[in-house]
Amino acid sequence: MTSNTIQARPPAFLPNWPARLAWLALAAYAFYAASILDVTWDRFVLGLEHGVKFIGRMLPPEVEASKMALMLRGLYETLEIAVISSALGIALSLPIGLFAARNLMPAWITWPMRFLIALCRSFHQVIIAILFVKAVGFGALAGILALTVASIGFIAKLFAEAIEEISLKQVEAIRATGAPFMNVISYGVMPQVLSRFIGFATYQFDSNLRNSTMVGIVGAGGIGGTMFAAFQKFDYDYLLTILLAIIAMIMVSEALQNWIKKLYQ
Amino acid sequence: MTTAAIDREWLRYTPGQRRARFVLYFGLVFAIVVSLRTVQVIPEFLYDAPEQMADLFKRMWPIAWSFYPKGVHDALIETLHIATLGTILAIIMALPLGLLAANNITPNAWLNYFARLMLVSSRSVNSLVWALLFVAIFGPGALAGTMAIAFRSIGFVGKLFGEALEEARPGPIEALKAAGAPWLSIYVKGYWPQVEPAFWAIALFRWDISVRESAVLGLVGAGGIGMAIDTAMNLFQWERVALMLVAIFSVVIVAEVVVTFIRKKII
Repeated sequence: MTSNTIQARPPAFLPNWPARLAWLALAAYAFYAASILDVTWDRFVLGLEHGVKFIGRMLPPEVEASKMALMLRGLYETLEIAVISSALGIALSLPIGLFAARNLMPAWITWPMRFLIALCRSFHQVIIAILFVKAVGFGALAGILALTVASIGFIAKLFAEAIEEISLKQVEAIRATGAPFMNVISYGVMPQVLSRFIGFATYQFDSNLRNSTMVGIVGAGGIGGTMFAAFQKFDYDYLLTILLAIIAMIMVSEALQNWIKKLYQ
Repeated sequence: MTTAAIDREWLRYTPGQRRARFVLYFGLVFAIVVSLRTVQVIPEFLYDAPEQMADLFKRMWPIAWSFYPKGVHDALIETLHIATLGTILAIIMALPLGLLAANNITPNAWLNYFARLMLVSSRSVNSLVWALLFVAIFGPGALAGTMAIAFRSIGFVGKLFGEALEEARPGPIEALKAAGAPWLSIYVKGYWPQVEPAFWAIALFRWDISVRESAVLGLVGAGGIGMAIDTAMNLFQWERVALMLVAIFSVVIVAEVVVTFIRKKII
């Protein structure tokens, strides 16, 4: 009798045919896409040869004084763009995020605000930078405006979501004392979301710093312009110097971010 | 004298913390003030901005819808292929790195450190810079874009996958080991079911980001719709640029809807 029950038990690991078919379809798609995009092994091998040559031309990195000065000027402008756009973006995100929070504000104001945030988020920073370059000309201002828009899209969205998750009891308690609207915000809402807001803000500064090295490619100021020019002039050893400088700057920024996070824990 | 113990004032932060915060606030204000004073902005350009913006939108209107089948559709599909294939390649390359980075699977601090270094260097280079490098290596075209997306995504996927693996519970693994399962079975039946939801969430999230990023890679010659935008812009055909922006916007929205739908289905 016991042997019967053992035989009746189903196998522990059933084959999952839909999943297997999905994996097969994914593999088939990868081959199809590779053939469409002309991603072939020959080109890859050829590319590796070019790659070795390319790395050979990058070494050693350029350290000539005038070019170093040019690079430092570019890096300085990049920093300026990142600092100003983060400050502006954070300052603007506070009211926008607050007005987009559905648990505190009426629908007629949250919907336009949410639409604004979605609009800011939907395009890549570089594309926004293109439009601002057309609007305000070449230079740092276009980069600042583009990254401000991108910062609003990110911080205001997360800030609104953080506010929507707060406990309303404290808000109610402050309201019950007869506090005006601004006091409800500053004593009922802000203490609950401040630590997360600082997290978003430091993350956004880091992200702005990374992107402000890129907006120069379309003429919006910063080191990107110098870098793209070096690339187009086949000045690859200078390109390597600039890349190393950017990576060093980002690592310093990451260390700073960790320090700030520890400070507010 | 004996009241000294009660008179002691309670302070929220230690002197060191207060000093660090003061340094931080001072540094922030200093950085903002110095940046605002030294940044090279031509004020006339700023006063001119609303007028220029209006001019830009006037040039963009009417949107050149008729150009879509001829010059945008193929580029848009290519962009999607670049994003998808790049993400798939990245996942294939990131899985071994994720396994190496997870301390419970690879109990060797040096290998962990090596894998994390690879992942960090992948992430600290922007996808546009990766695209520049691969354009120099493979020449302009979709291959450079695919590789750029792949190499930028490795760090992202590998880091999150490694973290998900580290959070896997050791119970099922021990049970499989006790039953004498071979190593492949331990991975496929012990670790994989635990990290599968995280894996799909990471893959879909990254694909969503890749779709956005692949739209701009063409600006440096790495294929996709960015190249079409670059051409149209250089020729001041703003009504075509407007069409491409609308196309990118729709694709990004559709990608987000698809990701939300699949997430609900399988996670």
